[in-house]
Amino acid sequence: MAIDIGERLRALPTGSAVALKLDPREYADHYFAVLNATLRDVGSETDTHTIYVAVTNPAAFVWTLAQALDVPMDRISFVDAISHIMMNYSNPLANATYVESPRALEEIMLRVEYLLKKFPHPRSIVVVDSVNTLAIHNPPELLNEFFHILLNNLKSRSVLTLVLETSEEETTGVEQMLNLVVDETIDVARGGR
Amino acid sequence: MAPATVLARCATGIEGLDNILEGGIPRGNMVLVAGSVGTGKTTLCLEFLVRGAERGERSLFLSVTEASSKLIQNLSTFEFFRRDLIDQGSLVFVDLPVLYDRLGLGHEELTPEEIGILIRTIRDLVRSLGAKRLVLDSLTSVCYRIRRDEQIRDFMLRLGQELNEAGCTSLLVSEIGPTPGRYSLHGVEEAIVDGVILLWNTRRMGDILRVVQIVKMRGTAHSRAQYVLELTPIGILMAPHLKGGREGGT
Repeated sequence: MAIDIGERLRALPTGSAVALKLDPREYADHYFAVLNATLRDVGSETDTHTIYVAVTNPAAFVWTLAQALDVPMDRISFVDAISHIMMNYSNPLANATYVESPRALEEIMLRVEYLLKKFPHPRSIVVVDSVNTLAIHNPPELLNEFFHILLNNLKSRSVLTLVLETSEEETTGVEQMLNLVVDETIDVARGGR
Repeated sequence: MAPATVLARCATGIEGLDNILEGGIPRGNMVLVAGSVGTGKTTLCLEFLVRGAERGERSLFLSVTEASSKLIQNLSTFEFFRRDLIDQGSLVFVDLPVLYDRLGLGHEELTPEEIGILIRTIRDLVRSLGAKRLVLDSLTSVCYRIRRDEQIRDFMLRLGQELNEAGCTSLLVSEIGPTPGRYSLHGVEEAIVDGVILLWNTRRMGDILRVVQIVKMRGTAHSRAQYVLELTPIGILMAPHLKGGREGGT
């Protein structure tokens, strides 16, 4: 499954925006497969830098998993928008920048831009984890606007953007919105099809 | 039909700002940077000067409210700051209270003659340095000592003219209350200047966002939208202020 996703991502044109759909019933397996494909398979390629927007899990948690996948620290930076509101900010990571709240959507955009400028690489990947958590904290209209601006901005900079989405069978409002702004959806539950 | 005149621009060096100002402030213009405390006025002005000095334009900071040494100390926390610009004289800091003392302008209210002395002193400083960028932080502090509206109008008109003749683009900091209504202490300042950049704090569900908007910029088809501003170590970054379908933002 991991190879499938990695190959699909590699085959995409530069500046693509992709929704990665995870099944909540197999969340742990799917999540690890996505990290493996994005951070290790694609992210470890020469001259690639990954900016991971951590909203669901704190950056420290994701960084632990990334280390297990042998992702070097200089290849990944985090925008952590969850640790502050979880009161879990005592040991900040050296490769993370912290936003106080997942509601500060413009700040998330600006921190991504900051990291893109700070670590200029020929190839950049931005992972947003996840649209569902952002939807908990933000009204849908605001979230639509956020994704529309963020994804278009990243597309114009030839950045590959991956948006993680956890969804059941039925289509939710969040999913409909995401379908409008991404170029492709990869259903992890169906082996990347 | 003859082509319209294209004004020479003074790029602020702040990418987001230059993008919405057709490349920068018209050269020689005098612009008010108005905002309440903690909105980023001084940082914006300092970056404007540093970016100018980097491009070989001598830049002058006239400080009224804060000692230059403290400003430089705070500035050194930003990665865009380069101390060598000060060492080589490209970036110059002058404490206006020191000038007041030297000129014998130590008392509370300036007379029309003393206002004239102050303008000539700033003019001579700009000319002798060959400064192409100037920041006065703050105009409000100077205007506290010029009580009458007509004298403020006269001070600003004459200062603007002198700076324009010297080809010096200037930012004048205006300290205002937290609720935008007018852009200066007396309300006459914004009518004289060529541009107004307004900064304020807004709240969204309890969180504070710094917002910037170009209210006025003569000779420029500028954006009138609101942008969220972030003071990052590499300088000021701007993003559109999300409205979420609500008029006036959230």
